[in-house]
Amino acid sequence: MLRSALNRLIGMAIVMFLVVTIVFVIVRVTPGDPAAVMLGPDATAEDIASLRERLGLNAPIPVQFLTYFGGILRGDFGQSIFLNIPVTHALWLRAEPTFFLTVFALAIAAAVALPVGVLSAYWRGSAFDQAATMLAMFAASIPSFWLGLIFMQIFAVQLGWFDTSGYGGPGASFAERMHHLVLPAVTLGLISSALITRFTRAAMLDVLNDDYVRTARSKGMSEWRVVVRHAFKNALIPILTVIGLTAALLISGAIVTETVFGLPGVGSLIVSAVLRRDYPVIQGALLVVAGLYVLVNFVIDMLYLLVDPRVRY
Amino acid sequence: MTLDADTILSVRDLRTWFKGRHSIAKAVDGVTFDLKRGKTLAVVGESGSGKSVTSLSIMGLLARPGAIESGQILFRDRQERVHDLARFSQKQFRALRGREIAMIFQEPMTSLNPLYTVGDQIGEMIALHEPISPSEARKRALEMLRHVEIPDAAGRLDDYPHQMSGGMRQRVMIAMALACSPSLLIADEPTTALDVTIQAQILDLLRRLQDQFGMSILFITHNLGVVAEIAHDVVVMYAGRVVEQAPVMELFARQTHPYTRGLLACTPDAERDLGSEGERQALYSIPGSVPPITDLPPGCAFEPRCGYAVPACRNALPPLVKAGENSISRCIRSHEI
Repeated sequence: MLRSALNRLIGMAIVMFLVVTIVFVIVRVTPGDPAAVMLGPDATAEDIASLRERLGLNAPIPVQFLTYFGGILRGDFGQSIFLNIPVTHALWLRAEPTFFLTVFALAIAAAVALPVGVLSAYWRGSAFDQAATMLAMFAASIPSFWLGLIFMQIFAVQLGWFDTSGYGGPGASFAERMHHLVLPAVTLGLISSALITRFTRAAMLDVLNDDYVRTARSKGMSEWRVVVRHAFKNALIPILTVIGLTAALLISGAIVTETVFGLPGVGSLIVSAVLRRDYPVIQGALLVVAGLYVLVNFVIDMLYLLVDPRVRY
Repeated sequence: MTLDADTILSVRDLRTWFKGRHSIAKAVDGVTFDLKRGKTLAVVGESGSGKSVTSLSIMGLLARPGAIESGQILFRDRQERVHDLARFSQKQFRALRGREIAMIFQEPMTSLNPLYTVGDQIGEMIALHEPISPSEARKRALEMLRHVEIPDAAGRLDDYPHQMSGGMRQRVMIAMALACSPSLLIADEPTTALDVTIQAQILDLLRRLQDQFGMSILFITHNLGVVAEIAHDVVVMYAGRVVEQAPVMELFARQTHPYTRGLLACTPDAERDLGSEGERQALYSIPGSVPPITDLPPGCAFEPRCGYAVPACRNALPPLVKAGENSISRCIRSHEI
């Protein structure tokens, strides 16, 4: 178990090194002088030269890479050109809404999808199954920004239960800030639940026909115990995989939702950084998002180990 | 619902049908047999003969659209009460399964849950039916592993099924099935997936456990060699019906239905099949195949494949008639065979 975790950690480190290298190369192979691109068409030659100096673009490429890589190891992702603060600081300021939005959305998605998927499979072909399948298709095909706007119209404008957008004022309490996350989290959660529902249903259909489920029934236990303890646990491996994928998608999917609901999260930071050509912030955000992907994968791999005694890395 | 004092299970005119939109598959169609206390009854037939559906009907484990159409399944429990399982609800079955009737299956590789240790799975069986602490359940599970003669039982208690061989897993299945000392064990082809040497060990183990625990065994198989090893009485099924029934000695001495005779001829026999010079005879097989049970002929279902067939066989379903001292046969020419 410990050995498997260690093997996975080493794998993670290798992946992250590759990500850092790729991000570094992408910025260097982009046509044009990054400094000139950042400063725009009206910049003078002196401005460009001084920015090149500041960004260290005059040094040989290997030296640049080592400087960049060394910075990352120390937690230094560079300085934001526009905000004029360290990139790590800019990301940290925006991390809270994105983190809670992702966690809440995932919790909502799992809470809806797992029971619905399990019951759909158990009662396959029933009215419940057909309704669930149709709703999942519907949810999967709705764009998140549209559903977000509809929810906003109903629950914020007409019923007045929530604010239409924002994250509360500067002095807003934690409860107030979380209250602002309800609508976006439900929007993202419902849409993500579609995929998890379909996978849960398929995985359950598979295992419900397995011999050990028949054995469990022959032992004289309740159907609840047969389904949850013997079938569902065996279906968990594919379900965990798709929940991991959903979590990764949510991190990037949050970008659109944050924009619709005016949330000051990492997603909207990335959008504005792209518009302002704030390269260090884009690079930093890219690394953080990639890092989260890798971390989610690691967590899922560890969960496999807990669920299935046959899994070894 | 009367039952002889020494009869533990009596299946009477059981019909289990699978009704589709356009057709009815009569998987079991009027099957009758009795199983005596402490004895082993073998139900023999090819795939599709209805032997597995019979056992699933007794356990209440039929999958849709299969359902018992008519007939009785009388079962005597440990308190000597007689129940008709054909009328049982799933709730009533739950109290019975595992405790009074247990089952072992053909595929020991897939019949155990891969995510729980064998100790857990045996202990679960006991905990389901008796008020027992987890440590007590574990102790009983270990005891059961010893009963089924697993070497180093204490060391294997926390093994997962994938760490065991097929034979070991079938022993675990047997340990689990017998954990609550059921009065009836249904064994659905328990040795078919195993190597021949392991097969013999498992059969031998079942025989010894029967002496020890006193349970009756309903043994489903297609292999007459296995029947000779373990059964006291034999029921031969074909296309959902009983075609011959006899005590084991009588059956092997003289078959009274052409199908049984054909089945026995299909069993390879080195002495018979190998000539004096070592040249090989072609293996015998019954010509043709089992007819689809959705579309059975009105007469004898075996008639199209039968060497003894006469025109009269086609007219009506032959009744089961006394064919030997203790045997019955569904063949109008049983006395000529």
